[in-house]
Amino acid sequence: MARKSHVQTTINGETVEFLCESRQSLLEVLRDELYLTGAKEGCNNGNCGACSVILDGRLVNSCLVLGVETEGKSVETIEGLAEPDKLHPIQDAFLENAALQCGICTPGFIMSAKALLDSNPNPTEHEIRYWLAGNLCRCTGYDKIVKAVMDAAKETSA
Amino acid sequence: MQDFSYVNAQTLSEAVALLDENGEKARILAGGTDLIVNVREARRDVDLMIDVKSIPEVNVLDYDANTGLTLGAAVECYKIYAVDAICDAYPGLIDATKIIGGTAIQGRAGVGGNLCNASPAADCIPPLIVLNATCVIAGPNGERELPVEQFCTAPGQTALEKGEMLVSLKIPAPASNSSSFYLRFIPRNEMDIAVVGAGASVTLDDAKQTIVSARIALAAVAPTPLFAQDASASLVGREVSEAAIDDAAEAAQAIARPISDMRGTAEQRTHLVGVLTRRALNGAIQRIRD
Amino acid sequence: MTEKKEYKVIGTRPIRHDGVDKVTGRALYGADFQMTGLLHGRVLRSPHAHARIVSIDTSRAEAYPGVKGVATAQDLPDAEDRIADLGEGAVNLKYLCDNILASDKVLYKGHAVAAVAATSPHIAEEACTLIDVEYEVLPPVLEVRQAMEADAPLLHETLKTTSMGETADEPSNVASHIQHQLGDPEKGFAEADIVVERDFVTGTVHQGYIEPHNATAHFNQDGQLTIWCSTQGAFTVREQVAEILQYPISKIKVVPMEIGGGFGGKISVYIKPVAALLAKKTGKPVKVLMNRADVFEGTGPTPASYVRVKMGATKEGKITAAEAYLAFEAGAYPGAPVGPGAMCIFAPYNIENVIIDGYDVVVNKPKTAPYRAPGAPNAAFGSESVVDEIAEKLGIDPLEIRLRNGAKEGDRRADGPVHPRIGCIETVETAKAHPHYTAPNGQKHHGRGVASGYWFNIGLESSVTINVNADGTINLIEGSTDIGGTRSSIAMQAAEVLGIPAESVNPSVVDTNSVGYTAVTGGSRTTYATGYAAYEAAQDVKRKMIARAAKLWEVDEDNVQFADGEFSCINGKEEQISFRDLCGRLGQTGGPVVGSGTVNPGGAGGAYATHIVDVAVDEETGKVEILRYTAVQDAGRAIHPSYVEGQIQGGAVQGIGWALNEEYIYNDEGTMTNASFLDYRMPTCLDLPMIDAVIVEVPNPGHPYGVRGVGEVPIVPPMAAIANAIYDAIGIRMTELPMSPDRLLKAMGKI
Repeated sequence: MARKSHVQTTINGETVEFLCESRQSLLEVLRDELYLTGAKEGCNNGNCGACSVILDGRLVNSCLVLGVETEGKSVETIEGLAEPDKLHPIQDAFLENAALQCGICTPGFIMSAKALLDSNPNPTEHEIRYWLAGNLCRCTGYDKIVKAVMDAAKETSA
Repeated sequence: MQDFSYVNAQTLSEAVALLDENGEKARILAGGTDLIVNVREARRDVDLMIDVKSIPEVNVLDYDANTGLTLGAAVECYKIYAVDAICDAYPGLIDATKIIGGTAIQGRAGVGGNLCNASPAADCIPPLIVLNATCVIAGPNGERELPVEQFCTAPGQTALEKGEMLVSLKIPAPASNSSSFYLRFIPRNEMDIAVVGAGASVTLDDAKQTIVSARIALAAVAPTPLFAQDASASLVGREVSEAAIDDAAEAAQAIARPISDMRGTAEQRTHLVGVLTRRALNGAIQRIRD
Repeated sequence: MTEKKEYKVIGTRPIRHDGVDKVTGRALYGADFQMTGLLHGRVLRSPHAHARIVSIDTSRAEAYPGVKGVATAQDLPDAEDRIADLGEGAVNLKYLCDNILASDKVLYKGHAVAAVAATSPHIAEEACTLIDVEYEVLPPVLEVRQAMEADAPLLHETLKTTSMGETADEPSNVASHIQHQLGDPEKGFAEADIVVERDFVTGTVHQGYIEPHNATAHFNQDGQLTIWCSTQGAFTVREQVAEILQYPISKIKVVPMEIGGGFGGKISVYIKPVAALLAKKTGKPVKVLMNRADVFEGTGPTPASYVRVKMGATKEGKITAAEAYLAFEAGAYPGAPVGPGAMCIFAPYNIENVIIDGYDVVVNKPKTAPYRAPGAPNAAFGSESVVDEIAEKLGIDPLEIRLRNGAKEGDRRADGPVHPRIGCIETVETAKAHPHYTAPNGQKHHGRGVASGYWFNIGLESSVTINVNADGTINLIEGSTDIGGTRSSIAMQAAEVLGIPAESVNPSVVDTNSVGYTAVTGGSRTTYATGYAAYEAAQDVKRKMIARAAKLWEVDEDNVQFADGEFSCINGKEEQISFRDLCGRLGQTGGPVVGSGTVNPGGAGGAYATHIVDVAVDEETGKVEILRYTAVQDAGRAIHPSYVEGQIQGGAVQGIGWALNEEYIYNDEGTMTNASFLDYRMPTCLDLPMIDAVIVEVPNPGHPYGVRGVGEVPIVPPMAAIANAIYDAIGIRMTELPMSPDRLLKAMGKI
C-alpha cells in the first residue's frame, strides 16, 4: 500500500492537517480527505478550470498540484469566499446575472474571477475573457458570466 | 495513477544526488503541469518526484540591462510577465509565457519546465532559441552550459545526462534596434497546443531599414523545436521588404518536417510555417519601429 | 404581435432558488457524495474498436491488495433480445446490457469490459491493468457510408434492416430505413425554375458536459438498492437498472444529486448498473466515476452523418419541392436520431411536395445518445445551407425567402402532423428587423449568414406535490432534475397561481420514493410539463384553500373567490383573507393542505429559432472568428427570461463549437485521438462575442401560460448560419463539419 505523508497547511484561513499519498492531487485531498467538494473534477488535466483554487495568492488548477506540495502553504477555496451572513460580491453578481445553469463550473469561475479582480480591479471585457479562457462552461455560452464579472468589478472597485 | 515518492529538495546538490541515485524514474517537479498529467495518464513511468521549488538557484529572476536575464528553471510564467523591464527586453518570450495554458496554468508552469518537457510544440522554446538563450545545467560533475537549440533531442527527450538538471536559462541583453516576436496558430484563441509556432528576433541598423541579424525558430513541425538557420541567415544585410521576408518564410518552410495528427495535417503545418514566419518577422520589425 | 397577459411572477427574474448553494460550493453533485466505508470503482475499457472477447481473467486483479471485487458481463443476468420500453422509447435489452459490460464482442474503443472496486480510486485503476483480456481483433468500420456497403464488416450477425414494416433476410449494419412523403415530389421539382442539390457530412460530436458521469450504489442487507447519481431522469435510471439487473423497481431508490450538465447525454445509464453490481459483490457502498477520456470514449456522443438535400424553387422564390437523404451513425447499437432529423429537416417551411429517406446505421463508435435536439442540427445544416444557396441564386434576401415559404398554423409537416399555432414567421420577422441584420456588412473577408431551425419538443409525464406551510409559503416537491434553473421556472408557475412571490416557494427535487413518476429532464419538456404539473398542483391547493375559506366563513365554496392572493366572499358576507393568513388557520379548518398535479400533456408546441451571425475569415490560416451573433427564438411564454436567454446563448455556442472545431478525430484503428478537453476544442469565452438572445413570445395553446420548450432549438441553426456567413465572406460553400481551419484552407485551395 502506498505510504501517506503528514501535511500541515492553511485552508480558508484555518490550519488544517491531513494525511495523503504523494499521488493524491490537492483536488483529491480537498474533496476526498477534507470533504471540501466545492472544487470539481471536470478533466483532471488542467483544461477545464472546474478545480480552480487560489494557492499562496495565485490561481491554480488544484488537479495539477500534489497534496504534499501544499505543506506550509495557504489555500483559498470557494467554501471560504462568503462571509457568514453575506455573499462575496462576485457570488452576488453571478446570482443577479443568472450566470450559471447547471452550476458545476461555477465555483471554478468564481475563484478565477476573484483572482482576476484581486490583481486587476477594472478589467475590460477582453481582459475578462482572456483571464477566464481556462475555465470551460458548456451551458451558458459565457455571455452572462462575463457580464457578472463586469458587474462584480464595478461593485468591488466602487 | 502509479504510486511514487515525493521529496522537497532544499539544495541543488541534494536534488542532483537524488537524480543520480534514482536514474530515469526520478523526475524534477517544478510547475507539474506536464509532469503530473504525464504520470497520471501513464505516459511517463516515475517513482520519485523531486520538488525543486525550494531551491534558491532555480527561483532566480534577475534582469540587468547590460548582462541580460537569468531565469531560474522553476520561475512561473506569471512572475516573468509581471516585470516590466523583462517585458520590454524580451517581448517574444513574453508572448509565449502569456499563451501557455490558461491563467491558472501560468500560475504554476514556467519556461524551464516547458523546455525540459521537450514537447515539439512547446511555445517557450522558439523564443528562447531566437533570443540566444543558454541552459545552465547542474550535475554530479558540476555545472555546464548548453545552447538552448541543442537541449531537446527528441519528443520528451533532452540532452540532460544522468543526474543532471536544468538550473536556469541565461539570455543576453538585447541589442539596440532589436526586438522579438512569437506567435502560434491554434484553432481556438487560447488553451490549445500550437499547430505551428514561430518565433523571430530581428536587429535592424540605426535607420531601421536594413536587417543586421535575425533568428527564426519553429515549433510543432519536427521532433524538436527547430532553429531555422538558413532562413535566419538569408535576412542578414537585406533591406526590410516583403521579398526578403517571403524568402525567409520559404526557407523556413523548407526545413519543416511536420506530421499529421489530431492537431493538424502536415500540409496545413507546412503552409502555416510560411504564414507564421512572415507574421513573426513583421511583428518583431514592427516592435522595433514602434 | 400577440396579446400580453398581465402576470405578477411570470416574466420576472427572481434569484434562482438553488443559487446560493451553487455559488458557495455547497451544492452536492453526484461525485460529491461521501459515505462511510465507501469503495471506489473503475472500469476497464476495450483498447480495440472491434474485437471478439476470447477470455477474461480477473484473478490477478482480485489478488491485488486493496481490491474488494471485480465484475464482468458474467455477473449480469442473461439478457435476451427483448424489447423494453424505458421511457425514452423502446430499447433492446441485449444491446443495453452489452453496452454496460461487453459480453461476446467489443464494438468500440472504450467499450466497458470489466470493473473493479477497491479501497482507493488509484488502486482500482491499477487493478484494471491487471485484468487479462484476450481479444480476437476484427476490422472496424468507422463511417456511415462505408458501413452501409454490402461487404462492410458486420457489427451484429443478427441485425437485419427493417424498412416500412418489412425485415430483410440478410444481416446488415443498416438497422432501419424510414421514409416520409408528402405530395408529389417529382411534379414539384418539375415546377421549379431552379434546383439545388448538395451533399453534407457532419462529424461525431459530444455534449461536452463538464461533470463526468458518476454513481454511488449501496445494497442494504434487506435487498434495498440505493443509487446516488447525477442524471437527467431518476425514474429512467430506476427503470434501466431494474431491467439490466432484473431487479424489482420497488427495491430500487434513485437519489438524484445535482447534475453538472447533460444536454441529453445523461439519460442513458453506463456506470450506474456497474456500481450496483460492485456494491452487490462487495457488500459495501461503491462510487464509480468516469474520467474525461472515459466520457468521450465510453458515453454516447451525437452521430456523424451523411446528408443529401435537394430543393427546387420558382423564380419568385416559392419552394416547390424538397428531398432529403439522411444516413446517421448510430454507433455500436441501433438508435440514431434519424427519426427526429426527418421530422425537423424542412419544418420551417410550408412545402407541398417532400420526400425524406432516413437510415439508422451501426458503426464501431460509441452508441450515440441524445444531444440537444438530436438529429435536427445534422439535418438543418444541409437544408438551411441549400435554402441560402437558392436565395442567393435567385437574388432574394435569405430572410425574405424564409418569410415567403414560412410554416404557419395549419400547414402540414412532411412526416404528417399539422402545425398548431407556431412562431416560425415571427422569429424571421424579428430577425429581419433586428439592428444586427440592418447593420452594414461589407468589409473584406467578413460575411453574414442566417439560418432557421425547428424542434418539436415533447410532453411526457410529470408529477408535483405542494405542501402548504403555516407562514404562507409552500414546499414544492418535484422529480425533474434541475440542469439550468428549472426549480425556479417551475416554482414561478405555482407562485403565479397562488398569488405569492416566487421566493415563497421552496422547490425540492427528490428521490424516486418521494414523488410521483416524472420523465427525464430532456426534450425541452421540464418547464413545460413539470411546470404544467406545478400549475395543476397549485390549482389543487387553490381549490382546497377555497374550501377552507368557505368553512371559515360558513358559506358555500361557490361564494368564495380567489384573486391577487386574496380570498373573498362574493355573496352576502364582507369577508376577506389573504392566502398567507389562511395558511395560518389550516389547523382550525381541517388540517394540512397538500395539492398534487400529474400530467402527460400532448400539446408541447414546437419551437422555432432564426439566427444571424457575422464572421471574419483569415484567408491565410483558414480560421473563422465569430464577430457578432444574434439568436431569435419563440419561447411561447418566457417564465424566467434570464434562463430562457441562457438556454438560447448556451445552445448557440454549442452550435458554434460544432460548426467550427468540435469532432471526434479517429485513426484507422478506430481510436479517438483527441479524447480530452485540450484537443476536443470546445469554445472558450475568448472565442466568442456576447450572444444577443432575442425572445419572441407566441404563446403555446397547449400550456396554461403558453410555455414552449426552449432548450433544444437554439443548437439547430448555428452550423448552417456560419456556413452561409463563410460563403458570404469568401464565396465558398462549406459542406463538411466542422469547418475547421484545415478544411477551409483546402477549400480555398491554399493546401
